[in-house]
Order: sequence, then structure tokens, then C-alpha cells
Amino acid sequence: MNAIEVAGLSKRYDATLAVDDIGFAVARGATVGLLGGNGAGKTTTIAMLLGLLIPTAGRIAVLGHDMARDRFAALARMNFSSPYIALPHRLSVAENLRIYGHLYNVRDTEGRIRELAAELDLGELLDRRAGDLSAGQKTRVALAKSLINRPEVLLLDEPTASLDPDTGDLVRTWLERYRAQSGCTILLASHNMAEVERLCGQVLMMKRGRIVDRGSPAELLTRYGRDDLEAVFLDIARDRRAA
Amino acid sequence: MTPSLRRIWGLMYRHLALYRRSWPRLLELAYWPTLQMCIWGFTASFFSARLGAAGAGGLATTALATLLGGVLLWEIALRSQMGVAISFLEEIWSRNLGHVFVSPLRPWELVAALIAMSALRMAAGVLPAILLAWALYAFDLFAMGPVLILFALNLMAMGWWVSLGVVSLILRHGAGAEALAWSVLFGLTPLSAVFYPVSVLPAWLQPVSLALPSTHVFEGMRAVLNQGRIDWGHLAWATGLNLLWLLAASLLFARQFRVARTKGALLSIGE
Repeated sequence: MNAIEVAGLSKRYDATLAVDDIGFAVARGATVGLLGGNGAGKTTTIAMLLGLLIPTAGRIAVLGHDMARDRFAALARMNFSSPYIALPHRLSVAENLRIYGHLYNVRDTEGRIRELAAELDLGELLDRRAGDLSAGQKTRVALAKSLINRPEVLLLDEPTASLDPDTGDLVRTWLERYRAQSGCTILLASHNMAEVERLCGQVLMMKRGRIVDRGSPAELLTRYGRDDLEAVFLDIARDRRAA
Repeated sequence: MTPSLRRIWGLMYRHLALYRRSWPRLLELAYWPTLQMCIWGFTASFFSARLGAAGAGGLATTALATLLGGVLLWEIALRSQMGVAISFLEEIWSRNLGHVFVSPLRPWELVAALIAMSALRMAAGVLPAILLAWALYAFDLFAMGPVLILFALNLMAMGWWVSLGVVSLILRHGAGAEALAWSVLFGLTPLSAVFYPVSVLPAWLQPVSLALPSTHVFEGMRAVLNQGRIDWGHLAWATGLNLLWLLAASLLFARQFRVARTKGALLSIGE
């Protein structure tokens, strides 16, 4: 069974077609990468999957729930993290996590916060204000927020953007472990090709609002005759055809 | 606790935690109501003393009570309106709206949490001013009796629907509309007959004034303070008008929320 099903999805802003009739499915427990340059339509697609944005056309189902009619049932079972959306910076890390524990109706919120603090090495940060943290620490806190409800579907928008290689690797390792343990489905938008190669079993390549290619990283490398996904990305971005 | 109540509490906790950590925010709650109380209280005392000296002691007492009662009750509406609008703006200022709206929080739960916070903010702001009026001018607002609760509820409800309109405009036009959070209800002060009867207004303006619930509350307040009677007609008008305006504001909010979801404003609203 698929965790995410998208069919005929489009989004138009006045004269601009941001997403143009895309369709894809993500199997339960899979990690799928959404790749594309700036303005390709990745963030718009994720916003529609989250119900933040109403599509112009098409259908989205998450965990069997139609997002047009029943989005709150799906939202309770999914979560989202993006470095471009902040947490209230005057509140402590623990207070922030507690808020989302309530919003997601998490049982034993305090226990869950302790669990996440141990797993993501946040113990010493719990009483510090979110606004006083470094970029790496903020990313770990955002990740903890996105996992507070043990989501079955996790949408990540550039989860390791602006992180140093060490912290980025820690986050990626943690995501791999979490998916293996929980069976969570992950849809990941990223500009980091090495990250996508490492984490994703399938990749959707977007350009000008359309999915222009798809497949596993290995399939894409073979199809384009390249050694890494970055070269594939450039081929697609610069309209060079697959081999 | 039901999941709905828990989500409402979650948003309230967010704001309460913020106040716990910020004494300037706490101080600001009581600052303006207290300042208004002092300015109008001393002004009223001055004129009251002059009237008393001229042998119009009864009129002086009535004038003082009407003015102070008007100031305090109008603060209830003002603080209730600002309480909703500013709590919503806090989410925009902290760039947190995206996280809030991808949670299972329903729009009506968001509104309920904002209203609950508004009630707490109003109490924290207006109660010190009421105590000050009693201490400085021997004016006891509670002497109006239980009808005061009905006046206060109507003024709070008016603050809520006005702020729902403001929040709708912020959803539609972004943070550029945030100045309305502070100013919009001040603009209705002359029409609300806070300090004078509605009959003072020009005849063509009176229907506009009477379409506001606040006008009926203040007419009712003067009936209690000046004549010692409860004017149930004005109270009924205030309640009926509030229900109508609340319905209209709720429909506007629901529509603007949908427009914001169509235009993608929920992600970019603070920019």
C-alpha cells in the first residue's frame, strides 16, 4: 500500500504554472527524494501535500486520506521539518516541544521529549531558548519537533541545509536509523545530491513544475551515464538528454 | 481532555510560556488601561470638583461615574480585540505559522485559543485599572451589580469579532495589515457613544452608531449609573448585534483562510 498518492496535481498562480500535472506514489516505508533547481516546484508540491496550499487541480491522498476532504486525519499522522520555518525563538526547546506534543495530542509528552532528547543529543539544550541555538542545534530541535508524534509520513524540506558536514552526517544517520526502526515514509526535498543518493531509494526529478524523470539513484546514473547524481542533476537542469 | 481541548491548550500554553519569560509583555498588558484610567480619572476629578464647587454635586458624581465607567468598559473591548489580534501576530513574528497550520489544529481551535488568550490578557490588563479607579477615585465598577457581567461579555464579544476581521485582513494582505491590530477599535470610539449618549451624534450618524453592540452597552451602562435601572432592550440589541457580527466575521475569516491556502500566503505571510 502507498503512503502517498498524487494524481494530476497542478498549481497555478495567476499566469505562472508552478506545478504542472504531476503524479507519483510513495510506498509505505520508502524514502523518496524530490530533486530540482530553484523554482522547480518542490516546495509548492510539499505545501500541497501538507494541506497548506490548495491545488488548482488533481488529487492527493496521504495514508488513505483525501487531503481535500479529510486533511486533519492525515496531518495527525504526519509531520514536517524545514529550516525556513522557525520555532518561537523566545521559548525554550522543552517548551517548544511541549507545545507540539499538545497540538499532536501525544501521550506522555514529557516522556517523548526525554526520549527525543536522548536520541538527538538535546539534553543540555532543553532549557535553552530556541533563538539562542546554533544552526546545527536548531536543525536537531526542528527534527525533534517533526518526530514528536512518531509520524508515519515525514516531509523534509532541505533537512541539512546550512549544516556543517559533521552535523549533516549525524542527521542523515539518525534519519536512516529512524526509518529502519519505525517504518516511516519519508519524502525529502534537497539540493544535496550526496544526501539523496545515500538516503533515497527513489528520486523524482522536477523541472519547471513537471516531473521530468524518476527512478532509483542507480537507474538514473545508468540512464545518464554519470558517476554521481550531481552530474545527472546538471544534465537535467541544462536540458542534456539521458544517454 | 479531548484532542480538541488539548490542541487549544497547546496554543494557549505557547502564549503563557511567552508571558512567563517576558516581563515587558506582562507590563504592557496593564500599562495602557492604567494610563487611560489615570488621565481620564484626574480629568474627571478636576471637572467634578468644579461642578461640586458650583453647587452641582449630584451632576458631578454622575459625570465622574459615567466617564470612569466608560473608560473601564471600553478598555474591556479594546483589550479583548488586541488580545486576539496580537496573539495571532505573535505567530507571524516568530515565523511559526507554517508549523502551526501543518499540525492537526483546526481553524476554529486556533480561534478558540486566541479568544481564550484574549480573555486572560483582558483580565490581566483591565483588573488593575479597575482597582486603581477604586483606590484613587472611590469609583467601584462592581457596584453596577451582576449586569456588569453582561456588559463585559458583550464588549468582549465585540472585541473578538472586530479582531477576527483584522486577522482576516492580515491573512489576505499579510503583515502589512498589522497596524490595524492597534488602531481599528479606536476608530470606532466616537461611534460607540462611550462618553456621551447616542442622541448627541448627528441624526444621520445615529443608525450607524446603533448598529454597533458597544453603543447599546454604553447606553445601558448610563441607565444603570444615572437612573439605577437595567435597560434590557439595549442589552438584547447588544447581544443580537454581536451574534450577527460574530457570524459575519466568522464567515469572513473562513473565506480568507481558504484564500490564503489558495494563494500560498500561510507560508509567506510574515515576509
